Amino acid sequence: MRLVTFAGPPAGGKTTVLCKIIKCFKNEGIPVGAVKFDCLQTEDDRIFGAMGIPSKKGLSAELCPDHYFITNIPDVYNWGQKNDLEYLFTESAGLCNRCSPYIRNILSICIIDQLSGINSPQKIGPLLKLADMVLITKGDIVSQAEREVFYRRVQMANPHGEIYFVNGLTGQGIYEICERIKELSSECVLEEQTLRFPMPMALCSYCLGETKIGEEYQIGNVKKIG
Amino acid sequence: MMNKTIRELTEQYPYINIYLDDFDINFDENRSFEENLKQQPDHFFEQRKMSFKEVLDEFEDYLDKAKAILEESIENVDDITIYPGKGKDGVPEPYEEITVHPGEIIAIVGETGSGKSRLLEDIEWQAEKDTPTGRTVIINGMSKKERRKTSGRQRLIAQLSQNMNFVLDMNVDEFLKMHAECFVSQGEVEVLVKKVYETAISLSGEEFSLNSSITGLSGGQSRALMIADCAYISRAPIVLIDEIENAGIDIQRAMKILVGSEKIVFIATHDPVLALFANKRIVIRNGAVSKIIERNEEEEKALHEAEKLYGRLLYLRNRIRSGEKISQFGGMA
Ligand SMILES: Nc1nc2c(ncn2[C@@H]2O[C@H](COP(=O)(O)OP(=O)(O)O)[C@@H](O)[C@H]2O)c(=O)[nH]1
Ligand SMILES: [Mg+2]
Ligand SMILES: [Zn+2]
Ligand SMILES: [Zn+2]
Repeated sequence: MRLVTFAGPPAGGKTTVLCKIIKCFKNEGIPVGAVKFDCLQTEDDRIFGAMGIPSKKGLSAELCPDHYFITNIPDVYNWGQKNDLEYLFTESAGLCNRCSPYIRNILSICIIDQLSGINSPQKIGPLLKLADMVLITKGDIVSQAEREVFYRRVQMANPHGEIYFVNGLTGQGIYEICERIKELSSECVLEEQTLRFPMPMALCSYCLGETKIGEEYQIGNVKKIG
Repeated sequence: MMNKTIRELTEQYPYINIYLDDFDINFDENRSFEENLKQQPDHFFEQRKMSFKEVLDEFEDYLDKAKAILEESIENVDDITIYPGKGKDGVPEPYEEITVHPGEIIAIVGETGSGKSRLLEDIEWQAEKDTPTGRTVIINGMSKKERRKTSGRQRLIAQLSQNMNFVLDMNVDEFLKMHAECFVSQGEVEVLVKKVYETAISLSGEEFSLNSSITGLSGGQSRALMIADCAYISRAPIVLIDEIENAGIDIQRAMKILVGSEKIVFIATHDPVLALFANKRIVIRNGAVSKIIERNEEEEKALHEAEKLYGRLLYLRNRIRSGEKISQFGGMA
């Protein structure tokens, strides 16, 4: 089984694009499954389930979703193997700009949308920088110039990755993405891999759910404005 | 490269700020990256689980790759050829191939829903019998697979359609500068921006200033700006236009400007002047190319007549817009 991780800022088109990719694999008779990682609530697993594939969700609640991801991915991986999947896709909302769920040797795809603003390529950090493939959505509603500027910025944030425009609504570009996924992904023993980017330890007490304000509640890796 | 100061590097390649910003450190601009790195405390490296040398090597690798991308030139397109597929009823299309060269305009005409956009999509996709029509589109005699290694397929093609709008919160000047900076050096930006701006104004027939917000432009103004920008800043050699409303812009001059920049233009249109202006027009019926018409002498005459009429309509439009009372038009005396 090959694991492929999808990540990106909320509402960037991850679920929409992933559904199109799943459809493309299903049409070829390849058994795929999908797992959605989110913070508090998600219906995405049902959307995947409605496509007639094994699906699952994991809610991180008060934990950083990426920390939660990495501690649960072995179980999810086993679940995928039990379901005889050939490809297991995971979707995580990039809610933490410090972290990324990318694992070495596991194909990592970042989905980012044109409407997220011209500075988003430099704002989302390792999520974009360390991806093997970057898919840019919503190019269908902006000008050619904006697409070119955005593309350039994505290139400069991640000059190593392959960058594609896709249209989540019409599916334009998806076929090629599926071909690239097949070529770039590989089977490997999950337990032998490491994270591409160390996740900062729960940065501070607030990462762990603290709500009170004041010096005495600030525990851990705290940085002062100066 | 590596021994240049941060200032020298960012002046030459402003984009590397995207990478440097990520470190969250205040770089001393008068020192090199390495010297800056030496100033970092141990926990900087611990946090990254990387040694001094690893961070340095990664930066060097980044610089090499980024520099290569910035200096990469786009593939020249010598020709694009369309090979037939099938229509909605499965009947093979009746032509052997359609080959187009830089500087040519191809109009795509046909009823609404006949499949004009589908043909544009096949071109955009560089179809290889892998779309519903089964058509094949070959650029420079090269398949998609081969092309991936050289330049991206997608960057050869610029697209303009009714649904595409400016969304950034910027004024015309900032916006054009930002786009120009993607491709030319700082020294050339200003001249290029001026050229695009002046062209856009002359195409739209409606003044707007360099300070106007791009999202506040009228339909005609923004189409004019998109076309001028596409002609002079964008490097994509192939331009696909899907039924943009003509909104009072001098669409024919717009096309001349695009082909003047040695672009190949495919335009789906219902506009008779534009269709006649194209070197060839592809007629689509029921999902298939049904005819390919080349402009002959007769049609050229028709084009001249149509142009005159259109010019007068445009003039009338401007007079009405500027509040004149119309006392003379056409046969009216
Ligand atoms: N115009 C346009 N809308 C898109 C595109 N991709 C996704 N969307 C829309 O963007 C919204 C958010 O998409 P979704 O897949 O839920 O984002 P997620 O949060 O990243 O999973 C939905 O309303 C989609 O229909 C695209 O390529 N073009
Ligand atoms: Mg989603
Ligand atoms: Zn985190
Ligand atoms: Zn925190």
